[in-house]
Amino acid sequence: METKKKLKVSAIRNGTVIDRIPAGELFHVIEILGLAKGGLQMTFGTNLESKVLGTKSIIKITDKFFEEDDVNRIALVAPDAVLNIIKEYKVVEKRRVVIPSEICGLVRCLNPRCITNHEPVRTRFITSMTPEGLVLRCHYCEKETEQKNLQIISNN
Amino acid sequence: MKSLISINDFNKEEMMQVLDLAQKYEADPNCPIFMDKVIACIFFEPSTRTRLSFETAASRLGARVVGFASLSATSIAKGESLKDTIKMVSNYADMIVMRHPLDGAARYASEIAGCPVINAGDGANQHPTQTLLDMYSIRKTQGTLENLSITMVGDLKYGRTVHSLLQAMSHFNPRFHFVSCPELEIPWEYKHFLDSRNIPYTQHNVLEGQIRDTDILYMTRIQQERFQDPMEFEKVRNLMSLDASMLTETRPNLRILHPLPRVNEIATDVDERPEAYYFDQARNGVYTRMGIITYLMNQ
Repeated sequence: METKKKLKVSAIRNGTVIDRIPAGELFHVIEILGLAKGGLQMTFGTNLESKVLGTKSIIKITDKFFEEDDVNRIALVAPDAVLNIIKEYKVVEKRRVVIPSEICGLVRCLNPRCITNHEPVRTRFITSMTPEGLVLRCHYCEKETEQKNLQIISNN
Repeated sequence: MKSLISINDFNKEEMMQVLDLAQKYEADPNCPIFMDKVIACIFFEPSTRTRLSFETAASRLGARVVGFASLSATSIAKGESLKDTIKMVSNYADMIVMRHPLDGAARYASEIAGCPVINAGDGANQHPTQTLLDMYSIRKTQGTLENLSITMVGDLKYGRTVHSLLQAMSHFNPRFHFVSCPELEIPWEYKHFLDSRNIPYTQHNVLEGQIRDTDILYMTRIQQERFQDPMEFEKVRNLMSLDASMLTETRPNLRILHPLPRVNEIATDVDERPEAYYFDQARNGVYTRMGIITYLMNQ
């Protein structure tokens, strides 16, 4: 007898499923990817059980496929996220996000004296991994911001 | 087209080319090779030494100098953005020399301007022409930049000249000794930088006893506003101050540098000592800036 796991968030025919988002970062991911705009058909679940994360969020977006550079922007808030590319209800590709070497226009510089906090300048950071974790070095003021202090720039 | 915003914009070879040009200009300071050029010196905050040094350097190279030394007489006082100011100035001039109170302003300006930009200090971030003149002074007094023992004293946390010099000298196999109070210690990212390049360094809280094995003693000013308690400031200042009685059993080649202005971290009785080099260092600023202008103009 065939038993099928009951999905908490309904399946999509074609599109992208972003899995393993930390439960508290769902709305950041939606914001970073600009999913709230553009009339996309989208379902999401949050505080779902996860073996890896404890609790997680998941987003399913119909008929949407992302460029690699776009989707890697969510690595800052969801470093374990997995993208499942869905064609005719089947997963045809799984992709892990990777932290990009450069991050533009996404994060605010923590230095209040940085020019980016005073003039309409698009922020730009070079990323690097240190023993203390991910560090973002501002292209302009050259100060470093640690992952725990990251402030995502709201697009709204 | 190349700008000089951060000392990291120049590799070792480029630094040496600038120092060689500076040496040439010291031997013959009047070289009007840029009589057809206009250099804009735009200073969004006050500066005496750096601005006069740049204007002298540009004048000795024959260039005409335009610009402003404070904001009050400019359109910025009317609310003009930095972007618009830089766009406008770069239409007029062949090169921009700029100082600005905000960190990163010079990098931003270099991305907007259609001409080379020289950073003459952007907030607490970088002051690369000071670093090159420090290097020129070191090479001139020691005959080399290689394998030197450099002791840095004072405000190692906020002092931008300290950070830039440390990065620049890392190309030349140095040994560093850092003397500061715990509140003004060298930041972890610079220690991490030195560790990653296997450059040895030691840290101390008192200057006394740290001078003996030093080739270059790089003194910096401790700013009172870094301390909430004025008593604490006095205590720290005494531990970081240099007077002539401390200059015994030193290396014969020891030279004392200071980016100036000095307050009282170097007693005036040091001024007459052969080790004191800080006033000559300031004079080297003109030759070094002539070298920088020439190098960037020719790119």
